[in-house]
Amino acid sequence: MLQFQKWKLILVFGVVLAGFIFALPNVIPASTLAKLPDWLPHDQVSLGLDLQGGAHLLYQIDDKELVDDWLGTIRGDVRERLRSNRIGYTGLQKNVASRSVSVRIREASQVDKAYDELKKLAVPISNDVFGGFSGYDLDVERKGSDGVTLSVTDAGLNSRISSAIQASIETIRRRVDAFGTTEPSIQRQGRNRILVQVPGVSDVQRLKTLIGETGKLEFKLVDPNANAAEVAASKKVPPGDELVYSDRKPPVPYVLKDQVLVSGESLVDSQPGFDQRTGEPVVTFRFDAAGARRFGRVTQDNVGLPFAIVLDNKVITAPVIREPILGGTGQISGNFSVQQANDLAILLRSGALPAKLTVIEERTVGASLGADSIESGKKAAIVGLLLVVAFMFVGYGLFGLFANLALLINVVLIFAVLSLIGATLTLPGIAGIVLVIGIAVDANVLINERIREEIRSGKSPLASADSGYSRALTTIIDSNVTTLIAVLVLFWLGSGPVRGFAVTLTIGILTSMFTAVTVTRMMVAYWLRWARPKSLPL
Amino acid sequence: MFRGITFIPPNTKIDFVGQRAITWFVSAFLTIVPLVLVATVGLNMGIDFQGGTLIEVKTKANPADLAEIRSKLNGLGLGEVQIQQFGAPDEVLIRIASQPTEAEQQVSIAKVKKTLGDTVEYRRTEIVGPTISSELIAGGTVAVVVAMIGIMIYVWFRFEWQFAVAAIASLVHDVTATIGLYSLLQLEFNVSSIAAILTIIGYSLNDKVVIFDRIRENLRKYKRMPMVELLDLSINEMLSRAVLTHVTTFLAMLPFLFFGGEAIYGFAVAMCFGVVIGAYSSIFVASPMQLILGVRRDAFSPSAAGAKDRTGAAVRA
Repeated sequence: MLQFQKWKLILVFGVVLAGFIFALPNVIPASTLAKLPDWLPHDQVSLGLDLQGGAHLLYQIDDKELVDDWLGTIRGDVRERLRSNRIGYTGLQKNVASRSVSVRIREASQVDKAYDELKKLAVPISNDVFGGFSGYDLDVERKGSDGVTLSVTDAGLNSRISSAIQASIETIRRRVDAFGTTEPSIQRQGRNRILVQVPGVSDVQRLKTLIGETGKLEFKLVDPNANAAEVAASKKVPPGDELVYSDRKPPVPYVLKDQVLVSGESLVDSQPGFDQRTGEPVVTFRFDAAGARRFGRVTQDNVGLPFAIVLDNKVITAPVIREPILGGTGQISGNFSVQQANDLAILLRSGALPAKLTVIEERTVGASLGADSIESGKKAAIVGLLLVVAFMFVGYGLFGLFANLALLINVVLIFAVLSLIGATLTLPGIAGIVLVIGIAVDANVLINERIREEIRSGKSPLASADSGYSRALTTIIDSNVTTLIAVLVLFWLGSGPVRGFAVTLTIGILTSMFTAVTVTRMMVAYWLRWARPKSLPL
Repeated sequence: MFRGITFIPPNTKIDFVGQRAITWFVSAFLTIVPLVLVATVGLNMGIDFQGGTLIEVKTKANPADLAEIRSKLNGLGLGEVQIQQFGAPDEVLIRIASQPTEAEQQVSIAKVKKTLGDTVEYRRTEIVGPTISSELIAGGTVAVVVAMIGIMIYVWFRFEWQFAVAAIASLVHDVTATIGLYSLLQLEFNVSSIAAILTIIGYSLNDKVVIFDRIRENLRKYKRMPMVELLDLSINEMLSRAVLTHVTTFLAMLPFLFFGGEAIYGFAVAMCFGVVIGAYSSIFVASPMQLILGVRRDAFSPSAAGAKDRTGAAVRA
């Protein structure tokens, strides 16, 4: 009991000292912290959204729309493939319910050839984990004597969703970064979800609009032969055309040719600006080389005719082409406010989302509530700690004091570990620390009660302390492991604040095993050696 | 020298298990009444499990004019709208029933914000769509069940199956009693309630393991002591520890009831209750259950583990 190996002593001291050093940045004002030398740790515990305010937005990608879009692409590919091979076909259609595209071949003699050609449309997909081959994204089958069906496979859909999620995350990141907030976190969650967490954001509505907008930009020609008002009234859209409304109130109908001249993918840059003549806010854009060439050719061929700039299936503006636009740059005007022009530029610059995203969970906390929560959490925690410390001292005297010292070290270690691993502290997390105080104290209660029993059975102070520690240990481990099981489940289940609770509790239970057992034991041993008491004050 | 005060004198001889006729009745009451309460009164389900929108605002007018806010929002046709004061007199909590789709939910909150305009400051907004709420219900249930199974396996592994069964039975008792408290006080039942329940499970079990540990030790030590006496002895020996630990944990959580703020109030109430109910069930549910389950007297004798040992046989002879 009395003798500690030197390395053990150094290790314990080292851990406690390291704990203090790593926890220190949390109590130093930021201005002082900046002046400290680089080799000292600077990481502070980061506060959860519930304490510093911010937005937590969980988005889900629209599977149905994704499939629908994909089937549209497949249909186009089938048409192109059959035409280029001069194969006559009929009844080319997509079937959303069965996630497939079917077609019938006119000439019986060409069915085999068509089947072989269409089979080439199926792309092998690689397995996420091993990078190995795990099937094709399409199942191409012959139906009856003249039919061919291309259906989307589950593996194909999953890899499609995966890449859509990846692309969306990139797009959202560009948009949120442009929004100018600090340390947003954007991560995939589950199969088809994205969690966006933005600390300290005040205008959540604007953030949501910016993230949720698909941002699909298309340049299309207005059909000069159609009367938009008539078409809108009769709903008889001429073949090859489509009816699109403007984003104004009330919406103005336009009849556009359904061929996309240039799309947003050809944009390399877009910036908010002001029109040089009118001074109204506009968005300027620049095409890449191929886009600029195509746009130049189209405008050259259609001087004097109007074209439409369509964003997410809404006409923003439909100017008349006065002269060929050959330089690859242009501007969009549409009665924007400065902020709208700014947001539209961000939207265009960040690229389109591959599919629609829906907010399925939203939790936002204002900065003032966060500050209030920190205050109340702090107050409750400090009062709780003081009550425990006082009670332990009353109950166990000097041994209570040892336990209390260990308790303070434990709190310091919790903050050190939290800072070190970059975990976030939430309001339930603060409650978790306080609960750990209760649990950590239990270890000392168990030890002290055991020592009392040993004293009563007539053992010497030294022997009592020794067997008190060693015999209480299994109980302490057993009881802490069971608590840990429950807490780990909580970690696995929870998100946000609840997870913060599980994190502090887990860390606290682990560090408490060290402080409540090893550290107090060392204190007791040194005290015994120094005081050589005839009886223990328990 | 600072000597601690001994709150509980050593060698108490309270017959906790001896009085089991009465305490079984109390335990049954604590298990059944909550179920009746939940069935009749029901739980005050938060938006986590029901879906819906929750907005916490601070009004520019102090105190807030609840009637005005109510009449403004009721005109929007968003279904059930609840408005209540929350904390300070200028703080108001608005709850809007779940809308059929996530998109409509977004529309509804935009309407509310437009209606209230600049008269309020938004402190908190939570929108939970139907997809998430059903997942949270499933997730919460699974978590509680998984935690119980994990704990059962651990206790079985470390002790005997009888102890595992007794632990689970008393945890079921604790969980139903806690849910009953939520129903009785009409505290909002949400994800942090599940967190509270899981924590209570962990804490309560911690306490049971400590007593089981002592029962195991005493089974080895006193091979002929009648079981009821042995259980009471074990509980009495651990009484001082139980009181000190539960009082400290309770004292630690108590300030959260008064200073923790509204956000954590329900959690703090449940935790304080959990400390008490966990302490109760260790003594009055988990321990006497050993009598019913009939733990083998030699379960923990060194001889029981391996082949018949001469010393073990001698003791029993």
